[in-house]
Amino acid sequence: MKYIDGFRQGDAGKFLGKRIRENAAKLAAAHPPIFIMEVCGSHTMAISRFGIRDVLPDNVRLLSGPGCPVCVTDAGYIDAALTLAKRDVIIATFGDMVRVPGSSDSLADARSDGADVRVCYSPAQAVDIAAENPDREVVFMAIGFETTIAPVITLIPSAMARQLENLSLLTAFKLVPPALSALIADPEVKVDAFICPAHVSAIIGSNAYLPYVEQHGVPCVVCGFEPLDILFGIDNVVSQFLKGERLLVNQYNRVVKPDGNRAALALFEKYLIPVDAGWRGIGVIPQSGLGIKDEFEKFDAAMRFSVSTAGGAPDPGCMCGEVLKGKILPADCPMFGDACTPQHPVGPCMVSSEGSCAAHYKYER
Amino acid sequence: MGDDKILLGHGGGGLLTRSLIDDEIVSRFGQGPLKGLPDGALLPAMKGRLVFSTDSFVVSPGFFPGGNIGDLAVHGTVNDVAVSGAKPMWLSLALIIEEGYAISDLRKILDAIKAAADDCQVQIVTGDTKVVRRGQCDGIYINTAGIGELIDGFDLNPNAIRPGDKVIVSGNLGDHGMAVMAAREGLGTGRLKSDSAPVHRLVQSILDVADKIRFMRDPTRGGMAATLNEVVADRDVGVLLDENRLPFSLEARGLSEMLGFDLLHVASEGRMMCVCDGAIANDVVNRWQTLPEGANACIIGEVKQDSGMNGRVVLETAIGGRRVVDVPQGELLPRIC
Repeated sequence: MKYIDGFRQGDAGKFLGKRIRENAAKLAAAHPPIFIMEVCGSHTMAISRFGIRDVLPDNVRLLSGPGCPVCVTDAGYIDAALTLAKRDVIIATFGDMVRVPGSSDSLADARSDGADVRVCYSPAQAVDIAAENPDREVVFMAIGFETTIAPVITLIPSAMARQLENLSLLTAFKLVPPALSALIADPEVKVDAFICPAHVSAIIGSNAYLPYVEQHGVPCVVCGFEPLDILFGIDNVVSQFLKGERLLVNQYNRVVKPDGNRAALALFEKYLIPVDAGWRGIGVIPQSGLGIKDEFEKFDAAMRFSVSTAGGAPDPGCMCGEVLKGKILPADCPMFGDACTPQHPVGPCMVSSEGSCAAHYKYER
Repeated sequence: MGDDKILLGHGGGGLLTRSLIDDEIVSRFGQGPLKGLPDGALLPAMKGRLVFSTDSFVVSPGFFPGGNIGDLAVHGTVNDVAVSGAKPMWLSLALIIEEGYAISDLRKILDAIKAAADDCQVQIVTGDTKVVRRGQCDGIYINTAGIGELIDGFDLNPNAIRPGDKVIVSGNLGDHGMAVMAAREGLGTGRLKSDSAPVHRLVQSILDVADKIRFMRDPTRGGMAATLNEVVADRDVGVLLDENRLPFSLEARGLSEMLGFDLLHVASEGRMMCVCDGAIANDVVNRWQTLPEGANACIIGEVKQDSGMNGRVVLETAIGGRRVVDVPQGELLPRIC
């Protein structure tokens, strides 16, 4: 905790907040408000939890992008899991997925109807569940960005080493850089700078963001999750705008290296191939996901059970897509806090503990 | 007793039941009203008003660093009675035990109940023991109910809270919930221990300023966040907490960071909070700090009247921002008490 406390020092935070406000005041006359988008659920939560939005001036606005893997998972993916659960398959999943509504029901609904849905803290638990239930099929809900993909994909070699024939993965892996490209290309999305995800960057490396800086002139700052990390990132963006700079800055260099984690990337290379992927509320983004290679298809639950994870029909009133693209703040959704609450979520952004709507509901109402 | 496991027959009402009650219950609690095992306890009439409270305990695991389900069951009910402004006096004790439960574990739990009751100066005056089939409960469940006599001077009511009042806690928050969580998940607790303890001495220490105490509560399930939100819900005041003052142990902070819990949502089982007139707040803190169970007592916030804050609990963070402290949503830590 001593280590973390260093990045939470109140006085240093107040100093950075003051400098941001001073620099932003200098910028205000010459520049419209700066929109900074974070694309990591942990940043979204940290910004809310530490009251960071509250110390910023009006012309520095934070937007939450598609940073939560639960939130961007298609309704059709949940529908596929429900189909499997009805076929007496054991569904092993991270807890956040249990309450995400598909086209109609969630896994929590299925569980109350008798489906075998087991919450795992670690993907490795799915291997144990499969070993303990040799007569039943076990499907792990393999969602996540690059950070989560790395540990989840080790289920394949683990299952092979233990000669388990009853474990497979229902994949909806997502990649961050194609999503950033899609956001930049969308004329309706107003983003002046990115706070790049911390742990995703630990896997893919900070150099992955060079194209956005060099080709699109969008400053990118890789930040850690503590208040000083994030305040430093915002301060850096504001000062770049003040100086007319457009740079890639890796503030989180205590964890993130320019080339990322080669061992993790080698795992991706071995087991996975890029695929087009559907992002809830956003649509299909080309080559923005990873699927299991043909040679390992027996571990691919969609192949193994012939189910489709595409599409689905989420609640038509749900504006999670607009929230995920940073077009509206959660509170701007007519359902926020009334029809859609953490107890009765309509959209995934309200379910996930790292969803923008959940963060706003919890800390910033 | 020769056998080392609880059998269904121990709850059947016959010889086995009799020997279990005699050997394990009467031997520990058989003095006073429980003597002779009447169907009901005969208690002296009291002059004042009574406080009556009950709680059931299903904590898993039953043994955790800093306590077990036995002393927890005493502290939980004693504390509910005490923070209602009463002197805890009598407890009932009902055990529901799973077939096959180790009698050695039962003895440890009963010893802990006896020690906790003695420490709290309460008597176990009536009780019950049931045995259920294997799988029908998780080891042992305990229900206690407690009666206490209301202490003159306390007029506790959240309606009495007004701007300028201070919020005081008696010590580190969330240790119990995190210790149980760590024990259950096999995370290794290090020096982290449950705070399970009685708070009645803390209540007694502020008797002569009782008229300036607006409200008392023990922040159990849902933690301080739930307790304070209940206090301000639908009222025209709110509470502003100061993040820099919140008392947390290093161990609980470390674990909560790792697991992603907000310690304001995590249960304590040996802490109390009070909202009191700002003028006596330092005095209350000083009194509590002289007791071992109040060593880390401190003021953590203030009652405010402000259109943006009324009905809410708001935290001023270390960097100077503000955020809402909400009640925990849904299942946070299953079965921590």
